[in-house]
Amino acid sequence: MSTNKEAKPERILTFTEAIREAQVLVMERDDRVFIIGEGVPDPKGTFGTTIGLRERFGPTRVMDMPVSENGMTGILIGAALVGLRPIMTHQRMDFMTYSMEQLLNNAAKWHYMFGGQQSVPLVVRAVVGQGWGQGPQHSQNLHTLYAHIPGLKVVMPSTAYQAKGLLLAAVGDPNPVIFIEHRWLHGTKGAVPETYYELELGRAEVVSQGDDLTIVAHSLMALEARKVLSRLKDKGIGVDLIDLRTVKPLDQSTILTSVRKTRRLLVVDTAWRTYGLAAEIIASVVEQGVRLLSSPQRVTLPDHPVPSSHGLTRSYYPNSATIFRKANSMLENVIDSDDFEQDWAHLEHADIPDSSFTGPF
Amino acid sequence: MNLRVEEKTLLYRQCLRIRLVEEAIAERYVDGEMRCPVHLSIGQEGIAVAVCSNLERNDYVVSNHRGHAHYLAKGGDLKAMIAEIYGKATGCAKGIGGSMHLIDLAAGIQGCTPIVGSSIPLGVGVAFGVALKGETRVTALFFGDAAIEEGVFHESMNFASLHKLRVLFVCENNLYSVYTHLDSRQPSRELTRMAQAHKMEHHHLDGNDVESSCFRLSDIVASMRQEARPIFVQLDTYRWREHCGPHYDNHLGYRSEEEFLSWQERDPIDRLGRELKQSGIPDSFFSDLEQELVKEIGVAFEFAQRSPLPHKGQLGKYVYK
Ligand SMILES: Cc1ncc(C[n+]2csc(CCOP(=O)(O)OP(=O)(O)O)c2C)c(N)n1
Ligand SMILES: [Mg+2]
Repeated sequence: MSTNKEAKPERILTFTEAIREAQVLVMERDDRVFIIGEGVPDPKGTFGTTIGLRERFGPTRVMDMPVSENGMTGILIGAALVGLRPIMTHQRMDFMTYSMEQLLNNAAKWHYMFGGQQSVPLVVRAVVGQGWGQGPQHSQNLHTLYAHIPGLKVVMPSTAYQAKGLLLAAVGDPNPVIFIEHRWLHGTKGAVPETYYELELGRAEVVSQGDDLTIVAHSLMALEARKVLSRLKDKGIGVDLIDLRTVKPLDQSTILTSVRKTRRLLVVDTAWRTYGLAAEIIASVVEQGVRLLSSPQRVTLPDHPVPSSHGLTRSYYPNSATIFRKANSMLENVIDSDDFEQDWAHLEHADIPDSSFTGPF
Repeated sequence: MNLRVEEKTLLYRQCLRIRLVEEAIAERYVDGEMRCPVHLSIGQEGIAVAVCSNLERNDYVVSNHRGHAHYLAKGGDLKAMIAEIYGKATGCAKGIGGSMHLIDLAAGIQGCTPIVGSSIPLGVGVAFGVALKGETRVTALFFGDAAIEEGVFHESMNFASLHKLRVLFVCENNLYSVYTHLDSRQPSRELTRMAQAHKMEHHHLDGNDVESSCFRLSDIVASMRQEARPIFVQLDTYRWREHCGPHYDNHLGYRSEEEFLSWQERDPIDRLGRELKQSGIPDSFFSDLEQELVKEIGVAFEFAQRSPLPHKGQLGKYVYK
């Protein structure tokens, strides 16, 4: 468990700035690190996360690349084999499906299949879109596909603080790491220390502590889950909110310790329901024979692609209201949620994270 | 072509060594102790030898499922290769990889992998890493005539050409992908035109004429060392035995006995041997050499068979570093 109480940072950065700063720090420290991806040095700089880096580190350390996601992944694996530490970026996670072959067969297995002689210290940054009509092929949450593969690590920060510390840990890790950034997090702000710090991969953050319910979430859904804490607390309900930070390796011991205490488990995933992360977490708890007070529940996306029309996405994505209602039902509806329906009305129309987001991407 | 006799005897020795190793594998495969797929290079040894005899020890090689010849020609450890095929702890990948996953970092062999085309970007990436580090070594990348049908081959050539990387693309054209002839897979055209499309220098050589291809490759590799850029070389050859396994398989009917015999007549090793005899190398050289190699190979098999299987504790040990 890690609560980060000891860190007393005053500086506020956006998630985007935190990622950019992590890259600056690690590139200053380690000249084996270089950044490459479609549009990395362009004027938009990967949603701002790579702006100014080429000016600072030069064209051989901050590079554009051909639109060859699979080939380039293989090429970067090869470069990693001879001692470099590439950070590859994809502006949408959907684009990196082309590179499945290289990631599964080579990156994930090189250390294993040659008996531990070589490893692949490659970081792949992938942005997940949502809303503003991104539609079926620009907003897929595919972490489950990668988390299934032994040899890969999958990181999903939810705050600026996590983004910096986890990205630094990912680049420092000798294994291939998929680093997933939800597009709606880029504009969020939080306290971020100026120093170089790493947050251990495979270690969840316990955001709040309570005796009645365990909520496990990650990425954007961890932020949504945070929003329900005070409402529940006001009604005397204590929640252990576990923000996974990394979905592979999964911090099962933090989850188990919590559920043994609360005996209620709600898992919130940013992805589809069937064969998903939520199913995995619930199964791993049930397998341990923890006696639960209510049946474990999950909040996920429905099992169909994301439509583009904002008329349809409204009811597609879960949010804090969905989480609250599900939590309440597990607690036998002790809270009269009618009180809140008024507050939640705006969520029903949300296809953007906040009014500052005006598209197009 | 004018290689010196000493150079030719070295080529001959390398080729014969690979042939004898592969024949020993084929002969003993039926014992059922080598329990993994094996893709033999018998008939194709000349390419590996012609290429690798122009490489330095610290140059790199990346290869595919049919990698025994490349591994041996580049100086990979024979005992560790045989032990790997036997699934032993002393294998070059500790018994985890098998015949299709050979590696010998000390000899510059970065790895062989059997997903067709998959190792092509890896080889280019190794060369990219070399360039980023300011080194000048060459990476030789071996692949078959089917691998060029994979999209990633083109992605890799595009990048290698764009960044002027020192990659020797070695296309071993043995006319077949398993049982399927090139003509059923690709329109008829010079394979080298694909390299041309990516603005790469290219050459088309006879893979069974070891001396002449070695001679040509020495210029090609030297000029790549001089001026960094990728070069594509197509070398034609023929696989004698079945695609995977120790047997002959002409009876299956996917290729004609006639075709097979015409290629067997062009045996790269016989040809070299004949020429050496003509230049006055005595018969005793050939018999002594064979005896010496057979002995070395026998020792390697003994080593492999005597070695222990990997410990069960290794099963999940190398998933993460
Ligand atoms: C992506 C992929 N598709 C299919 C196969 C099955 N396969 C193994 S070897 C092979 C033939 C490859 O032919 P070529 O590249 O010409 O090499 P050769 O075996 O002739 O040396 C095929 C199709 C594979 N290993 N990987
Ligand atoms: Mg072939």
